[in-house]
Amino acid sequence: MTVLVYLDHEGGAIRQASRSAIAAASQLGDVDVLVTGPDAADAAKSAAAIPGVKKVLQVTDTTGSSELAEPVAALLADLASGYSHILAASSATAKNVLPRTAALLDVQPIPDIVAINDADTFVRPIYAGSALATVKSADAKKIITVRASSFDPVASEGGNAVIEDVALPAGPGGSTFVATELSKSERPELESARVVVSGGNGMLNEENFKLLEPLADRLGAAIGASRAAVDKGFVSNEYQVGQTGKIVAPELYIAMGISGQIQHLAGMKDSKVIVAVNKDPEAPIFQVADYGIVGDLFTILPQLEAELDKAG
Amino acid sequence: MKVLVPVKRVIDYNIKPRVKADGSGVETAGVKMSMNPFDEIAVEEAVRLKEKGVVSEIVAVSIGEPKAQDTLRTAMAMGADRSILVETDVVTEPLSVAKVLKALVEKEKPDLIILGKQAIDDDMNATGQMLAGLLGRPQATFASRVEVADGAVTVTREIDGGSQTVKLALPAIITADLRLNEPRYASLPNIMKARKKPMEKITPADLGVDMTPRLSVVSVAEPPERKAGIKLDSAAELVSRLRNEAKVI
Repeated sequence: MTVLVYLDHEGGAIRQASRSAIAAASQLGDVDVLVTGPDAADAAKSAAAIPGVKKVLQVTDTTGSSELAEPVAALLADLASGYSHILAASSATAKNVLPRTAALLDVQPIPDIVAINDADTFVRPIYAGSALATVKSADAKKIITVRASSFDPVASEGGNAVIEDVALPAGPGGSTFVATELSKSERPELESARVVVSGGNGMLNEENFKLLEPLADRLGAAIGASRAAVDKGFVSNEYQVGQTGKIVAPELYIAMGISGQIQHLAGMKDSKVIVAVNKDPEAPIFQVADYGIVGDLFTILPQLEAELDKAG
Repeated sequence: MKVLVPVKRVIDYNIKPRVKADGSGVETAGVKMSMNPFDEIAVEEAVRLKEKGVVSEIVAVSIGEPKAQDTLRTAMAMGADRSILVETDVVTEPLSVAKVLKALVEKEKPDLIILGKQAIDDDMNATGQMLAGLLGRPQATFASRVEVADGAVTVTREIDGGSQTVKLALPAIITADLRLNEPRYASLPNIMKARKKPMEKITPADLGVDMTPRLSVVSVAEPPERKAGIKLDSAAELVSRLRNEAKVI
């Protein structure tokens, strides 16, 4: 069996999440990979160095077509005849493209897998992780996205794969790429940050919510928010962590003034270490927190910063 | 211009789903059900386009058990003009749903199809993309801004680390992300009015669609439970524990 992994890269460097997808693919068979975009040649070189990769398919494209789901989905569908499984890390790109590929192949995709039982059977979270479903696919080919936090990434150096050019098909047309705007924030992205500092209702207002920024800066953290904080207008909803917002699993999640509603817990309970500060000792957040402090967060927040500075 | 908005009935987002004792699935009997939150955003966007005068008719569709008509009534109370219930007791999957929607699109000929990006029950995030693939039409997923002008729609999409703008010829498929809008609550007079709006009932067989699922559920289990940790007295102790015990800073 040979598996094709569609890789995400940034300026030619393969994203760690994609190396996790390669780790998952290696459990299924030999691994070929596909890279697309204006920097595809650099990305292909990086991909060729990943141990376990047999062949790298590269699509160098400077027209913006490779940013569109339509031609890339068509390309993957064309390539599918040589593969038993097509995988990618669960990124915005993969979620845009792979289901379309699956439709072209008359396959039901299997998103966000966290474990592989055999070539047909996979474990995936449903209800934002409130349950884990083991599903068996009756399709001849499998189209899969991989939750990166569940598979240790393969190394980035040590391999020596061959690189081949492939061409992007035209696709059905009708869509035009206009522009990409990457946010200029110095902070890491919420969904891939190592540390997340989140605020809730307890932050009281928009002004106070900004008090989380120095702590986040100090820890190199992304900032998140509960739905209550978003609904009250403290921050915009791109910050929302929860079932209807972003699902995060950082190494450290600090919840400041968040009570811990079910819908919030669904978005962060897979974090490695959870810290909660809340004045209500009965707040449900303490039931999932590894470390809790009961108290006024406006007292504790400056103390926390001072202690972090002290400790270096 | 006509818009088709598919909506799904799911367990209300405020309810904690319970896994059935026999591990066959998640309990839905006697549980509060609501419209999938992302579908509410899709309906809201269609209604706003109608209020702007861009759209003349909104058709809501739901595929599922007879009770999905409650969800369609909600969509009509929000502003959809009429609805179609495609009744089936078979477990719905994005592929089979996309096939039903494709048949309806061929019949209704909408200019836009706006869907929620994902249902909060199976978390598949696939139906819109699959419908676009089956129809061979352009798609814009995870929309945070939609503008219709001159026979095309310009959509700003949420991507990892920022946003992307694409322009699509109509008819096109859009999936709604959280930032697109804040859905309205249906007013009581509108809820009353929605009761009189037309609802057509058909079956997948009427559309010639085979609903047989491709994925079979082997088991559904609770995830490993997190244990409550310890309460600390000071920020100093917290920093020390994070550094020396948890080793995360």
